[in-house]
Amino acid sequence: MIHTRGLARSFRTRRGRERVEVEAVAGVDIDVERGEIVGFLGPNGAGKTTTLRMLTTLLKPTAGTATVAGFDVATQAKQVRSSIGYVSQSGSTSPEARAGAEVVSHGRLYGLSAAEAERRARELFEQLDLDGLWERQPRAMSGGQRRRLDIAMGLVHHPALVFLDEPTTGLDPQARANLWQHIAALRSERGGTVFLTTHYLDEADALCDRILVIDHGRIVAGDTPDALKRQVAGDLVELTVADPARVGRAAEALAALAPGQTAEVEEGVARLRIPDAGRELAGLLRALDRDGVELESIEVRRPTLDDVFLSLTGRSLREEETAA
Amino acid sequence: MSAFIRETWVVFARQMGIALRNPAWVLIGLAQPILYLVLFGPLLEPLAGTFGADNAYAIFVPGLLVQLGLFGALFAGFSLISEWRAGVVEAERVTPASRTALLLGRILRDVVQLLVQGVVLIAVGYLFGLRASIGGMLFGLLLTLLLGAACAAASNALALTTKSEDVMAPLINSVALPVILLSGILLPMSLGPQWLQIVSDLIPIKHIVTAIRAAFAGDFGLTVLWGSLWAIAIFVVGIWAGTRTFRKENA
Repeated sequence: MIHTRGLARSFRTRRGRERVEVEAVAGVDIDVERGEIVGFLGPNGAGKTTTLRMLTTLLKPTAGTATVAGFDVATQAKQVRSSIGYVSQSGSTSPEARAGAEVVSHGRLYGLSAAEAERRARELFEQLDLDGLWERQPRAMSGGQRRRLDIAMGLVHHPALVFLDEPTTGLDPQARANLWQHIAALRSERGGTVFLTTHYLDEADALCDRILVIDHGRIVAGDTPDALKRQVAGDLVELTVADPARVGRAAEALAALAPGQTAEVEEGVARLRIPDAGRELAGLLRALDRDGVELESIEVRRPTLDDVFLSLTGRSLREEETAA
Repeated sequence: MSAFIRETWVVFARQMGIALRNPAWVLIGLAQPILYLVLFGPLLEPLAGTFGADNAYAIFVPGLLVQLGLFGALFAGFSLISEWRAGVVEAERVTPASRTALLLGRILRDVVQLLVQGVVLIAVGYLFGLRASIGGMLFGLLLTLLLGAACAAASNALALTTKSEDVMAPLINSVALPVILLSGILLPMSLGPQWLQIVSDLIPIKHIVTAIRAAFAGDFGLTVLWGSLWAIAIFVVGIWAGTRTFRKENA
């Protein structure tokens, strides 16, 4: 559905008195197959939006190639636009317009007849829980309703591929969870492909089959959320022993599971990151039992995507969230 | 071509729908020339002879028409800025619709609003005593619409370039005010000293105002032809500039 090779975009900008060329996206290779939900993760200024704008034909690449839904973004922009839906972060409807009329009018820009556009818009209102809001002005709708209206705008022409730019930014937890269901349904009920950018790691984790991490204009990792977590961080296992004098033995048992690593020891607690701790846990407990090490507690914490992000880019995405 | 016309129509219909639900702006736009007509017109009545005219309003209404075309349309771009902020412009630009249609649909809305305002202005002028050639008034309206379309296109292009009301408002005022003063909208420039007349000859809008006054008087001679050529030239340049901006990738 999306295939890019060496896709790059640079901008000319002024730094002091000099005009300099800034490379926002420095040659990315992306492959997204039909029916996938792929998350595009990165801090502000990493190149997320620039990449998205190139893939949606809003910006021309300065180097490399990209085909979207089988069409070249540079030479077949019109065909690309007919095949994709785009839900921008900034919205898509006038605050003073009527919600239903906005979706119908948008459908007509895709070539649907007035009757067809209205039928489709009413169907989407029903599917996206917008019943009864047909005549409502977007400015009188809640944040969650407006986002669902934006999604209806993006889906009105039955696109095979949908781009969602930060779909749940600014929504309350309930509205986010509700929107996640609708995004997941894009694939499960319609067989669609979704490419979404997000700041929220839990969102990428919950929704995406695969995650691409971009930093400084380059893709620094791409895999399933689980594989990314395993690959980079491992699970954190924390053993609190009943007798602090035996903590050394607990640390040795932990280290045996992660060759070449040493457990961190602190006041009766030994902790170490172990790949796939779930599988090792039973053996670990047996070994400790054999050695007569009594445990007060055991805690296994699966790595979050934030851990992944931190190890890949050297900074936490949560800090970005706060700053954003 | 049919797709292009259909897309222009869809954009126009959407814009008209929004404007009709909020007609306050059309009324506010009309308030200024009507106030001029009501509060300034009577002052001109005794001076009609000085202009070489029997009917002061046949001199004054053409000026107000052009003022409406200039001011009303130059501010049309403001609604585009709020649409851009709401993400509407970007959402439209990822559809396969022609980008020129996205502009022309909006200009068409501005032209229809201008037509309504122009007709109301002439009608109110009639109530005050305006008497002029019917053909001339229709022709004057047509030139006003050409000028308005050009100004609306330029205003939309400016809106998409600046994306800021704070930048746009002083920019428009700094252009429109000298143009209005120098094009003889309120009083014919022939009343002024020669240097002022020479300067005003350099302002294309002045020739349009003069042409509309001549048309109102039923005098379809060279003056009308010259003014019409200016109106067409301004229309072509305005639409070209607007279309060019709308087609730019980063607009």
